[in-house]
Amino acid sequence: MSTALHNLVNQPYKHGFVTDIETESVPKGLSEDVIRMISKKKNEPEWLLEFRLGAYRHWLTMVEPAWANVSYPKMDFQEIIYFAQPKPKKQLASLDEVDPELRRTFEKLGVPLHEQKLMTGVAVDVIFDSVSVTTTYKAKLAEIGIIFCSFSEAVHDHPELVKQYLGSVVPSGDNFYAALNSAVFTDGSFCYIPKGTKCPMDLSTYFRINTEGSGQFERTLIIAEEGSSVCYLEGCTAPQFDTNQLHAAVVELVALDNADIKYSTVQNWYAGDENGKGGIYNFVTKRGLCKGINSKISWTQVETGSAITWKYPSCVLLGDNSIGEFYSVALTNHLQQADTGTKMIHVGKNTRSKIISKGISAGRSSNCYRGQVKVGSRAAGARNYSQCDSMLIGDRCAASTFPTIDVQNTTATIEHEASTSKIGEDQMFFFAQRGIGSEEAISMIINGFCKDVFVHLPMEFAVEATKLLGLKLEGSVG
Amino acid sequence: MINKGSKVLLEVKNLRASVDGVEILKGVDLTVRAGEVHAIMGINGSGKSTFSKVLAGHPDYAVTGGTATFAGKDLFALEPEERAKAGLFLAFQYPVEIPGVSNSAFLRLAYNTLQTERGLEELDPLEFEDLVQEKLKVVEMDPSFLSRSVNEGFSGGEKKRNEILQMAVLEPTLAILDETDSGLDIDALRIVAHGVNSLLTSENGVVMVTHYQRLLNYIVPDYVHVMDGGRIVRTGGKDLALELEARGYDWLRAAA
Repeated sequence: MSTALHNLVNQPYKHGFVTDIETESVPKGLSEDVIRMISKKKNEPEWLLEFRLGAYRHWLTMVEPAWANVSYPKMDFQEIIYFAQPKPKKQLASLDEVDPELRRTFEKLGVPLHEQKLMTGVAVDVIFDSVSVTTTYKAKLAEIGIIFCSFSEAVHDHPELVKQYLGSVVPSGDNFYAALNSAVFTDGSFCYIPKGTKCPMDLSTYFRINTEGSGQFERTLIIAEEGSSVCYLEGCTAPQFDTNQLHAAVVELVALDNADIKYSTVQNWYAGDENGKGGIYNFVTKRGLCKGINSKISWTQVETGSAITWKYPSCVLLGDNSIGEFYSVALTNHLQQADTGTKMIHVGKNTRSKIISKGISAGRSSNCYRGQVKVGSRAAGARNYSQCDSMLIGDRCAASTFPTIDVQNTTATIEHEASTSKIGEDQMFFFAQRGIGSEEAISMIINGFCKDVFVHLPMEFAVEATKLLGLKLEGSVG
Repeated sequence: MINKGSKVLLEVKNLRASVDGVEILKGVDLTVRAGEVHAIMGINGSGKSTFSKVLAGHPDYAVTGGTATFAGKDLFALEPEERAKAGLFLAFQYPVEIPGVSNSAFLRLAYNTLQTERGLEELDPLEFEDLVQEKLKVVEMDPSFLSRSVNEGFSGGEKKRNEILQMAVLEPTLAILDETDSGLDIDALRIVAHGVNSLLTSENGVVMVTHYQRLLNYIVPDYVHVMDGGRIVRTGGKDLALELEARGYDWLRAAA
C-alpha cells in the first residue's frame, strides 16, 4: 500500500477530548433498584416506572442477538454506569446559566448554544451524557403549537402524549437493546407537530457521551399529526477512551394522515484507534410508523464513527399509499464493524418504499448491509426499489450484503440492484497520472459514489458529510 | 520526421528499475525530441510496459539507477501528479474503471488542474462542454460517453478511445501509449491512430509501446527500438518494424 493512500485514511479523531465537569451518576450496574433510583431522580410518574420495570423484567429473559455480522467480547452489563448527568448548580432559568465548561465543550464541537448565534435557523436540543442540557428556540416554536423539548420535560408537561405514543412503534420488548433502553433510558428529545403545521425550521439533537464507562440510552419520540411535516437532524460525538462505551438509543417516529417526517443523522461517535481499541458500540433501534394514509417517513444516515454499528432504521407502512425511504452511507475504516440497513414493512395498499445503501470499507474493516423488504397479504400494489452498492478501498477490508425479500401479495413489484467496486492503488495512480492528487481523487470518488444519498441531506449536513468522509479516509488509499 | 536540432523532451540514461526486488530494466537509454514519434517493440516480459510505468511514476516500481530528464526537470524527483502536470501523459494498457465519477467531471478536473498549472484560466462546465465536444470528434466518440462513469461498462476498444480522448483534452508534451493497439479491431485501430496523428505537432512527442507492427502502419514512427531483457538492443527506422514482422525477434535476441 502506498503511503499516500495509507495516510489519507488515518486522520485522527478531533472530537476526542473530555470535558472536566462534575457529574452525578448512579452506581454502575443494573437492577430494579437502579431503575427505581433513575426514575426517582427524574421525578417520574408511576406509569413510567412500571414501563421501565416491565421492560427490565422482559430484558432479563432475553439474550443478546448474535446474528449480526460483528464480533466483540461479551459485554458485562453490570459494569456500565446507567445514569450520569452534569451536576447542576441550581435550576436553570436561561441559557446564560448553562455551566460555562459545558458551553465551551459544545462550542468546540461547533454546536452554538446561544440562540442569537443560531443564524442557520436550526432549533437544537443538546444531550450531554444522559440528560438534555438545553433546547433552543423552544419558545418560538411553542407559539405555533410545536412542542420541542427534552424527553424528561415532555414526561412532566405532556404526559398524555408520551403515554399514548411511547413504545407504540418500538415495543419495550422489541429486541434486546430496545428492552434495555426502555428500562434505563434517561433523556432524549421529544417533538410534536400539530395538525396541518409545517415546522418552519429544522429541528436538531446533538448527542455527546462524556463520562468514561457510562452508557448512553436516549429516547427520541417524534409525532407528526395530520398534514404536518418536520425535518429532523441528529449529530453525535464522544471523547476518546480506551474502553468501549455502549450507546443503545431508541427512536420512534409516528406519521399520521398526510404527514411527512424526514430524519437525518450524521453519526461521528468515536470509532476506536487504528488497532481497534476503544470506541462506541452503537446498538440503536430506529423505527418509523406511517400510521396514516399518504404519510411519508424518510431516513437519511451517514454513519462514519462507532467501533461497532448495529442499526436498522425502518418503516412500517401501515397507512394506504404511505411511503418509506432509506438513504444510507456507511463508512468503516481500521477495525470498525458495521452491520446496518433497514426494514420496509408494507402493510397498507399501494405502499411504496425505496432503499439506497452505499457502504464504503477501508483498512481492515467490515461493512455489511442487512435489509428486509416485507410485503404483507393485504398490501396490494406495493412497490419497493432497493439499491445496495459497496465500495472497497484497499485489499484488506470486507463488504457483505444480506437482503431479505418476503412477499405475500402477488400484485407487489420488488426490484433489487447491487454492485461492488474496488478503489485501490491503480485508480489512485490513474488519477495521479492525469494530474489529480489523492485527496481530490478520494473526494471525487466518494462524492460520486454517495451522491444519490447526499442529495437527500440538508445542505449544511451534506457539506459536513462530504468533509467528514474525506477526513475519515485520509491516507487510506494505497 | 527527424529533427536533430529540435528541443529534447525526454532524456533517459542508463535507467535501472525493479519491482518487488527483481530488476526489470537493466540500463535503458532513450532520447525523444519535439516532433518525434518513437516505437518501442519487444516480446512479452522484455520490459516495455515497465519502462512506460516507471516514467509515469507507478508506485509498484523502484528506480534503482540512472537518470531521466523531462522538460528540463529531474523526472524521478517529481510525484506522479507533478509529472502529469509537467506534460507527461500515459495512455494505459488496462484503463481502470472509476465508478460513480462521470467522464466529463473527471476530464474537466484534470483539464482545469493543468490549466492552473500552466497559468491559464479554468473553464466552467459550459465552456468545457464546448471544448470536449470538439475533442470527441477526434476519436469519433458518442457524447453519451461523457455522462457515463469513467470507463465503467466500456468495451476494451471504448476504453482505449477514452484514453486518447483524455490525451486530446490534456494536450501533453509527451504521450506514452502503452499497448494502445491491443484488443482493438481494425476499425477502432484506425480511429485511434487517426486521433493520435491529428494531435501530433512539431512541439510534442509520442512514444508507442507495442507488440505488433500493425499500429505502425497507421502511426508512422521516426524511430523503432527493440527492447529485450530490460535493455534497448536495437534502434532503427520504420523499416526495422517491418523486418521484425517478417523475421520475428529471435535473430535480434541472438545478436544481443
